[in-house]
Amino acid sequence: MSRAFRPRSLQEAVALLGDPELGAVPVAGCTDLMVLDHAMRRSHRAVVDLLGLAELRGIRWAEGGGSAGGPVVEIGAASTFSAIRADPLVRMHLPILAEAAATIGAWQIQNRATIGGNLANASPAADSAPVLLALDAELVLVGPAGERVVPYRSFHLGYRKTLLAPGELIARIRVPVPVPGTRQRFHKVGTRQAQAISKVVLAMCCRREPDGLLRGVRFGVGSVAPVPRRLRGAEQACEGRPAGAATAERAAAAAAAEVHPIDDVRSTAAYRREVLARLVRRMVLELAADAG
Amino acid sequence: MASTAAPPGAVGKSPPRPDGPAKVTGATRYVDDLALPGMWHGATVRCPYPAARLLRLDPAPALAADPEVVVLTARDLPGPNVIQLIADDWPVLAAERVNHACEPVALVAAPTRARALAAAARVVVEAEELPAVLTLDEALRGDPRAGGQQPLVLAACTVERGDVEAGLAGADLIIEGSYETGHQEHIYIETHGAIGIWHGEEAGLEVIGSLQCPYYVHKALVRLFGLPPERVRVRQAPTGGGFGGKEDFPNVICAHAALLSRRCGRPVKIVYDRHEDIIATTKRHPSRVRHRTGVRRDGTLVAQDIEVLLDGGAYVTLSPVVLSRAVLHAGGPYRCPNVRIRGRVLATNTPPNGAFRGFGAPQTQFAAERHMDRIARALGLDPLAIRERNAYRPGDVTPTGQRLDASTNALECLRAAAERTRFRERWRAIERERARGRPDDGQPWQGIGLALVWHGSGFTGDGERRLGARAGVRLLPGGRLEVLAASTDFGQGTSAVFCQLVADAAGVPLEQVQVHEPDTAAVPDSGPTVASRTVMIVGGVLQRAAAQLRARLLAFAAERAGLKAERLRLVGGQVLDPQDRVVASFAELADAYLAAGGEASWIAQHQPPPEIRFDEKTYQGTAYPAYGWCCDVVEVRVDPDTLAVRPERVTIAADVGRAIHPVLCAGQLEGGTLQALAWGYLEEIKLERGRYLNDRLQTYIIPTVLDTPDMETILIENPTPASPSGAKGVGELPMDCGAPAIVAAIENATGIAVHALPASPERLLEARRAGQVVQPQHAGA
Repeated sequence: MSRAFRPRSLQEAVALLGDPELGAVPVAGCTDLMVLDHAMRRSHRAVVDLLGLAELRGIRWAEGGGSAGGPVVEIGAASTFSAIRADPLVRMHLPILAEAAATIGAWQIQNRATIGGNLANASPAADSAPVLLALDAELVLVGPAGERVVPYRSFHLGYRKTLLAPGELIARIRVPVPVPGTRQRFHKVGTRQAQAISKVVLAMCCRREPDGLLRGVRFGVGSVAPVPRRLRGAEQACEGRPAGAATAERAAAAAAAEVHPIDDVRSTAAYRREVLARLVRRMVLELAADAG
Repeated sequence: MASTAAPPGAVGKSPPRPDGPAKVTGATRYVDDLALPGMWHGATVRCPYPAARLLRLDPAPALAADPEVVVLTARDLPGPNVIQLIADDWPVLAAERVNHACEPVALVAAPTRARALAAAARVVVEAEELPAVLTLDEALRGDPRAGGQQPLVLAACTVERGDVEAGLAGADLIIEGSYETGHQEHIYIETHGAIGIWHGEEAGLEVIGSLQCPYYVHKALVRLFGLPPERVRVRQAPTGGGFGGKEDFPNVICAHAALLSRRCGRPVKIVYDRHEDIIATTKRHPSRVRHRTGVRRDGTLVAQDIEVLLDGGAYVTLSPVVLSRAVLHAGGPYRCPNVRIRGRVLATNTPPNGAFRGFGAPQTQFAAERHMDRIARALGLDPLAIRERNAYRPGDVTPTGQRLDASTNALECLRAAAERTRFRERWRAIERERARGRPDDGQPWQGIGLALVWHGSGFTGDGERRLGARAGVRLLPGGRLEVLAASTDFGQGTSAVFCQLVADAAGVPLEQVQVHEPDTAAVPDSGPTVASRTVMIVGGVLQRAAAQLRARLLAFAAERAGLKAERLRLVGGQVLDPQDRVVASFAELADAYLAAGGEASWIAQHQPPPEIRFDEKTYQGTAYPAYGWCCDVVEVRVDPDTLAVRPERVTIAADVGRAIHPVLCAGQLEGGTLQALAWGYLEEIKLERGRYLNDRLQTYIIPTVLDTPDMETILIENPTPASPSGAKGVGELPMDCGAPAIVAAIENATGIAVHALPASPERLLEARRAGQVVQPQHAGA
């Protein structure tokens, strides 16, 4: 028989999760957890429901909220994708996050699934992950030892392994507000038009300086490696270069060379590598086209 | 008012379906909703290996953990360990040898479903894995079950007409091609389920199931339990979809539920969850079809040499009949004087394949249609021209020697769909555009493609004669009529259409007619609900029975009124005299008739005309009483970077003979087309060690509404003389057409020629890299 707890505060939740006797797992929307429980015929000794915790909800503007000192959009980890896709701050400043949120599962899933759960579940195909990598987000983690802030890019350690310590939770996600003129792109290649899991999911963020050169280029990609990851090679191929066909081709080749996708039930390694390269190329070409 | 003015009948209109309100409001109770007093739940123990020798089944751990549960193995069967279908090779529970992954080896019953599943997981299955045959290629190299040097052939047949070798020798050009299709899962909304109710040796056995063919299950249970037929009763619960998947497999799950019930002495229900339903039940046969075709330079076919291979999976199931239909449709809807079609079904150690909408014809017509496009390109013809030249006309002769009747509308369908879409102009424009070269700028590529197919309605060959379908009508108080047939409605709208046909034939308003629940204790055997036969064959039998009822009641009315029966008419529920005066209402008349002790049921039997004969040995004669014809034009958009395909619009021109209920008829065409498109580009099952990897809805991808193109249906009505209503089968026809049409459209858009389904983005990329690219056709206007 499992036990379920609905703590009234984040502090209480952390205490429950830190109790080794209890052996509790944190749950929010349960949209991944229950599917896995059913498939693996597993059950849990205890669950702690995070969905009702006020400290984990809400999307707000915070001046100087990030490590870099600029303004951030701070997203409670228990924010649902429905809330994220509808949020005016997200839509204005982080449009690719709203776009990604709108492609996750069905509406019913978006009504329950949370962004913190999406990250903690640590699927390499998580659609919010590449976006948060491209936007260089930070995570505020809370655990028995208190609060700590980590860059999201260092969060995933291996296939479904994260740096969350036992009993530790994602509390908030801080996304630096991109400076005006920053270009953001998102492209999901799913198995069909809706309710699809990604074969390849790519996000990009960069600035085009007055001299026409690309700066601050970040690509985040999912489903081509054991973890969601940045494309450092493709970023370097673009950084400080003019947007255009030559840069696009170089970035595409770099992207194809730096990922290690696999054959699985959804797609093939060959397809993922090829399509990733084509999408990187397309995004860079579109930057050039944007400039008219 | 002129007495000849026919009142408007029900046929040809689209009244609401009788089962609609309960389904929409959620009141319909499916097997999973039914709870009987004292009912337990069953679960199945499966062996994971594709081929194995069973060493030991040990229920002890299950019984130790939960002493109340019941475990049953092949040793506990009351009769032969055989699932009754065509051959006797399919065991109810594997006893010594396991021949496919997930084969049932034991059954468990418990007071709750959770306890049954937990107990099933605790039954120990010890087995020694044996060498397995997992693909058609491995089967061809030799099957241990057939001695190891040759394939295990589950069925074989050949159709021959003219002299193929002479035809090929005299051809201007010989074109060869090989085409493959994979498994397809039905994904009916409701998974398989059944309740077994053992009433004791005297009272016998009752089964309620989600099924298409009550009398198939009845026959299987009579044999397994050794009971007289009248002590076995099979009832169809409201059924949420079948698509052929509930033709063969209910024989298995109903037997399992019944065995558990007999053992427990209480009702036992088994309902599969989606995962179990996918791993354990039948699929569409994978196929490989080779064509060698001789043509003249103008595109005229002179010889077709075709070899059909189907992967039957572990057991025979319905494979001989699937193969028969596959072979008979393999040439496509085209006349050709010299034809040889050889077909075989080979065994593999994969779960048995069985009935699926189209029943072999979609596989062979995918090959035929792709091959026609290949021939056209080789000759510099467009897809329309090659088909116009070769499509069957009335009077043409098929490979079995059947002369096609006046209801042969291949050309009409082809032209209707092509004209509506300006096919030729647009197809050529895209070919020219590909020839000129397009900028590599991420702009989507458009493509348009077509396919033309035929589909025989009703059982193949002499099947209807052997079966002799029986169905009828019963008169109830108040002048209500009840349809008595074992034909099931699992979503197609059979009940609505039966009511329409009976209402008009009897001369009563539609509201007066209802359908009796398919129940072997209450309705005659009208045959299985398969093969696009229900409206055409069973509908015809019902019309005859209803006409007999009408004649008998008019005779009764005439007796009472002192008139001659032929002077009275029954129209819209009123008996009218020659002056159109109402003599009696049908309701009064029926009550008086019943009060006088008149016979209340009229049962008629199907009798094919004697000149319709088919020789199963030579494969010559009338293969089907009628053929439906269909042309799809599919328009797609392809992303040049991801090769993702979006079907945007489909135009379906179909000759259905007569649309009894045009809305349901179009619904069958649209639903079947979507299922066919998805088989063509989306749905795929990958296997690993003989086990399906796409074994849940997360990984078995069916289209959502966003993947569904706009559809336009053009109904071409040219009644067939083969049925009283003029209707031909429509259920399976669209399943043959969508896949080759969408693959043709993808070829037009991308130049990539795909010869194996599905044409997924991964396969398109692979084909392009392998050089399977066609040259654009840019000759001509």
